[in-house]
Amino acid sequence: MSPARTIPAPPVNAEIKPFFDAAAAGKLLYKRCAACGEAHYYPRANCPFCGSDRTEWKDASGQGTIYAWSVLRRVPAPYAIAYVTLAEGPTMMTNIVDCDLDRIRIGQKVKVVFKPTDGGPPVPMFTPAN
Amino acid sequence: MSINGKAYIAGVYEHPTRKADDKSLPQLHAESALGALEDAGLTKADVDGYFCAGDAPGLGGLSMADYMGLKLRYIDTTETGGSSYVIHVGHAAQAIAAGKCDVALITLAGRPRAEGMATGTAPRNYGAGPPDVPFESPYGPTVVNQYAMAAMRHMHEFGTTSEQLAWIKVAASQHAQWNEHALLRDVVTVEDVVSSPMIADPLHRLDCCVITDGGGAIVVVKPEIAKRLKRPRVKVLGAGEAVKHQQGGKIDLTYTGARWSGPIAFAEANVTPGDIKYVSIYDSFTITVLITLEDLGFAPKGQGGKFVSDGNLISGVGKLPFNTDGGGLCNNHPANRGGLTKVVEAVRQLRGEAHPKVQVKSCDLALAHGTGGSLATRHGSATLIMGRE
Repeated sequence: MSPARTIPAPPVNAEIKPFFDAAAAGKLLYKRCAACGEAHYYPRANCPFCGSDRTEWKDASGQGTIYAWSVLRRVPAPYAIAYVTLAEGPTMMTNIVDCDLDRIRIGQKVKVVFKPTDGGPPVPMFTPAN
Repeated sequence: MSINGKAYIAGVYEHPTRKADDKSLPQLHAESALGALEDAGLTKADVDGYFCAGDAPGLGGLSMADYMGLKLRYIDTTETGGSSYVIHVGHAAQAIAAGKCDVALITLAGRPRAEGMATGTAPRNYGAGPPDVPFESPYGPTVVNQYAMAAMRHMHEFGTTSEQLAWIKVAASQHAQWNEHALLRDVVTVEDVVSSPMIADPLHRLDCCVITDGGGAIVVVKPEIAKRLKRPRVKVLGAGEAVKHQQGGKIDLTYTGARWSGPIAFAEANVTPGDIKYVSIYDSFTITVLITLEDLGFAPKGQGGKFVSDGNLISGVGKLPFNTDGGGLCNNHPANRGGLTKVVEAVRQLRGEAHPKVQVKSCDLALAHGTGGSLATRHGSATLIMGRE
């Protein structure tokens, strides 16, 4: 276990408020475009693939796989940044938490957890699924 | 419209300082500008085009034009981080080819050491505006842990090793020992690199570039002016630029924007990677060099580790001499933006003015590549091919 790191609050605006409202309720959302069918992350009002505004919020299962990671060592509270590929397709930036930082591996199965931020809504992070 | 042969690099300058406690930021820009103009045999009054990026203080280029007293009919403040200045050379050549300016000045300067900036291990603050910030800033992305993720994925997919990455630093240090201005002049070994402290897995301290104050400038001119100047002529043959980002979540960290900017530049210059005698490759970290060399076609994808090993990047030893000034890894990374100095050393090589210990024989074709931003999220890539006339 690493010592706690203060997690900066995400600056929330109208376009992305549903994401952070859901996070506060313990749900991870992503977006899928009703026009082209592509899922994307981070969520936008307009689809980054086809440009349509018919993007819809979808519930993610919270299951994912570590695509890449790194532990920043030269700070008072080392932490693991990572890209996790969601079961639904898109890959998202996150932290791997509540685990031994020396045992993180690419390909590892992880599940979402929500962590409080410094004065803002909680944000999704991931922890080993087993 | 091709820019091949439409413009020449007439002057370059790398500020000798590496810590500028006693100089202001605009002063470093101006000293660099005047150095490059003197190198070209031109004066400030000859400049009619100005190019700068986010390191220049003030609104775009306006404050620096005012401070330096420039009379301009062309301005370009394209900002793609450390790759900006390589892009600027291509844009200057386009503007000159279109008759929009005759003498283009490009400047860079910064004081991250004097200002005590935690360059690599503290998150950059871009404010609340960028759309990615709410989905990234909580997770503590820094320069080094982002590049480290690219290195981690490359190792996973291709078996690249820390020892292979270390060879890139070893080559840079072999060159830096001859550069009297280099911040780090000690020759290091593979063992030195892999036993240096881990900063962000898998990148060690010696996989990371230096942090320096300083600056530099480049003067690009139209052919008629180049022909009446006394300096060896360096012709712009081809330029390519690209932006790579997260692609809506279809993230692939195994390649960079060089995969796209490289072929554009090679096609315009009408040459192939096998023709290039010298390369300046952006070296914020060892992994940046390795992936870029693959993407530019100097090594097959996944084989970069093998390619850079055993001194293959050392001038006089290997097949592809790189960063003979010591690069960002040993010499200089002014303002945390290394693109401009990449062009400067390539011009020195083409003029035959590199240090005799690292000068590439018959160096008539060189490539400079800039990477700005982050390999793991968003970055600009710029490839520039230059030839000696």
